[in-house]
Amino acid sequence: MDTMATERIRAELGSSDVVLYMKGTPVFPQCGFSAQAVQILNMLGVQFKSIDVLTDPSLRQGIKDFSNWPTIPQLYVKSEFVGGCDIMREMFQSGELQQMLQAKGVATAPASKLA
Amino acid sequence: MAMDVDEIERLIREALPDARIEIKDLRGDGDHYAAHIESAVFAGKTLVQQHQIVYAALQGRVGGVLHALALKTSAPSERRA
Repeated sequence: MDTMATERIRAELGSSDVVLYMKGTPVFPQCGFSAQAVQILNMLGVQFKSIDVLTDPSLRQGIKDFSNWPTIPQLYVKSEFVGGCDIMREMFQSGELQQMLQAKGVATAPASKLA
Repeated sequence: MAMDVDEIERLIREALPDARIEIKDLRGDGDHYAAHIESAVFAGKTLVQQHQIVYAALQGRVGGVLHALALKTSAPSERRA
């Protein structure tokens, strides 16, 4: 495992409550799964930091090693790995994602604004 | 850079012999699949752990030769809507 990448990841996770590793950026996602992940966070009204793994091959591999998870996107809340796109969608639909964010003290949009 | 449904199902079945497995080829291109897998092995595990079990069964292919596998996992007694 690449220690430089690991150190960078730990620093990034520590710098923001909600961090999304994705392909591309929220405005220009480079993959449909990353686009869905951004859409879910936007629907929840959550402030998040996004990190584009396509800018750095060592990071793209490093984040997969870090979480033992083979795909991008990856969502972290308070430095803890939450899941990829499927888990985000499933948790969003069941309301668990909103509950978990609130339990961890992360601000979301009022429930009345959620479709 | 593709896998067929039978190969995916065979690898999952090897790791999870009791599993009920449904796989759909979403685009007919052998590269974008959705799988619903139900196994008693998933009972009491988090979604992250459940998906990691499936990824391990596929032995490094997910994210590599298999670009997209949308996963839905459940244990028989805790089937999700």
